[in-house]
Amino acid sequence: MKILVCVSHVPDTTTKIQFESDGSALNKTGVTFVINPYDEFGLSRAIGFKEEGKSVNITVLCVGGPEVEPTLRKALAIGADDAVRINTQANDPAYVAAQIASYAEGKEFDLIFTGKESIDYNGSTVPGMLAEHLLWPFVSFATKMDLQDEERAVLHREVDGGEEVVETSLPVVVSCQKGIAEWRIPNMRGIMAARKKPLAVVSPAEITPYFQTVRYNYPPPKGECVYFEPDQAGKLIETLAQKGLI
Amino acid sequence: MSILLFAEHAQGKLKKSTLEAATYANDLAQKMSTTLCAVAIGQIEESELEKLGKYGVSRVYAVRPDASKPYGHASEAVIITNLAKELDAPVVVFSQTYSGRAIAPRVTAKLEAAPYSGVTSLADPANGFEVERMAFSSKGIQTIRTDKDKVVITVKTNSYHIEEQPVSCEIEEKSFSPSDTSLDTIAKELLKAGEGISLTEADIVVSAGRGMKGPENWGMIEELASLLGAATACSKPVADMGWRPHHEHVGQTGIQIAPNLYIAIGISGAIQHLAGVSSSKNIVVINKDPEAPFFKVADYGIVGDLFEVVPQLIEAVKKVKVAS
Repeated sequence: MKILVCVSHVPDTTTKIQFESDGSALNKTGVTFVINPYDEFGLSRAIGFKEEGKSVNITVLCVGGPEVEPTLRKALAIGADDAVRINTQANDPAYVAAQIASYAEGKEFDLIFTGKESIDYNGSTVPGMLAEHLLWPFVSFATKMDLQDEERAVLHREVDGGEEVVETSLPVVVSCQKGIAEWRIPNMRGIMAARKKPLAVVSPAEITPYFQTVRYNYPPPKGECVYFEPDQAGKLIETLAQKGLI
Repeated sequence: MSILLFAEHAQGKLKKSTLEAATYANDLAQKMSTTLCAVAIGQIEESELEKLGKYGVSRVYAVRPDASKPYGHASEAVIITNLAKELDAPVVVFSQTYSGRAIAPRVTAKLEAAPYSGVTSLADPANGFEVERMAFSSKGIQTIRTDKDKVVITVKTNSYHIEEQPVSCEIEEKSFSPSDTSLDTIAKELLKAGEGISLTEADIVVSAGRGMKGPENWGMIEELASLLGAATACSKPVADMGWRPHHEHVGQTGIQIAPNLYIAIGISGAIQHLAGVSSSKNIVVINKDPEAPFFKVADYGIVGDLFEVVPQLIEAVKKVKVAS
């Protein structure tokens, strides 16, 4: 079975986000980049299939320049078998989805994992567009996945206000949400092995970008917090009522 | 030419987020001097279809799929795409719900449109559909524009106002028999039906954390929430310890919400938690630790013992509700 795990190279959650002074781009000085946490759920689930005794090859893929290679090496250290970097900047989600689809076409993957969203652009659009390009089924926000055989899988997915059980044929695109697997920490053996695992750099397909980023801004600053004494809780409620908030 | 709105509904009624998306789509249609059409798929009450006219929809396509043939998001994407082509729609508008995020990307790819997800401002059609969207888990605002002549927009929930602008509205029934459902993933079983108030749609959310000391103390949180007509939520540690169900967990790895009022009780405000709630328009923080990071993003705060403060809040809300 061949699994493709798509990962994004994103600023760590705890990073203070700062933009260049002209708002043109993220200021990357001092920013720690990590594997997008939701993508890592997919990687962990893929490794889980291997541990369940299935014959699985896991390819991890990232769209980006040479700067994303540490993220791919980390995925190899956690347990992917080989890595692919599509050598272009991830301009927008439609561009990225088309690049991944162009790479995956004809390579006979049985399963493609993505995260439910990336924590940098929070779009949630790549997996669905990827499924449409490949004409595969798509299971969004998966919290559980078991393979029935080589051709079918049963998953749980989050829907508005609940969770449902779905059955799907393979190949399928699955976007991962918390619950599908636990994150794994690479061990020393994994880190050593990762250095020797293959990392292929492939040229991007000719695709024109779908949108341009004009600028970045910060959200409007929060006003000062208005404090009430612990025995003045009633005043707080009156204030909320006066403002029409309750 | 017309703008197309996906009119999402649950239990036969339009969702609140659909009215936000309708207002958005109608404002955009006026800016583009065009009309607004909507498509509703599945079983929805007739009066709800008519209600769309109040929000500027001049024509509703009520698509009733053949009940004997189950269908899923991929078939819905086919229905919406076909209508968008028929109407020559430059813009298709969804709400950024679970369904919206599952269907919109397929429609985007089929139409070769620009993917505008999680937008928070009205797009400027005269200027490359320039628009703002949240990025970096609400720590930044990204302004984007496109050269494409088609865009598919998902409007971030709770971030656009709802406004009535009545027009006369025609309802056109359309039958649909899915010919190919091989791409559909069809629900076999619903594990948790949506009960109570949906967290992502709630105007008010009352959320509590480790400061509650144990699941047995949640009675007062539920009472406060119920008095306010609010949804209940919790922090990650609380869900991890099994004090509250996982579907109540808000934060980076949980559900991201943007209610009008978020009341955080006994939650310190770790950066991962803030990533999921900082888009809330008003934040009240109750914590005994004056150094709790949550106070930095709070609009109103009480430094005190929640076991003393919350019962006072409950009594005060009862008074306010009686008075109104």
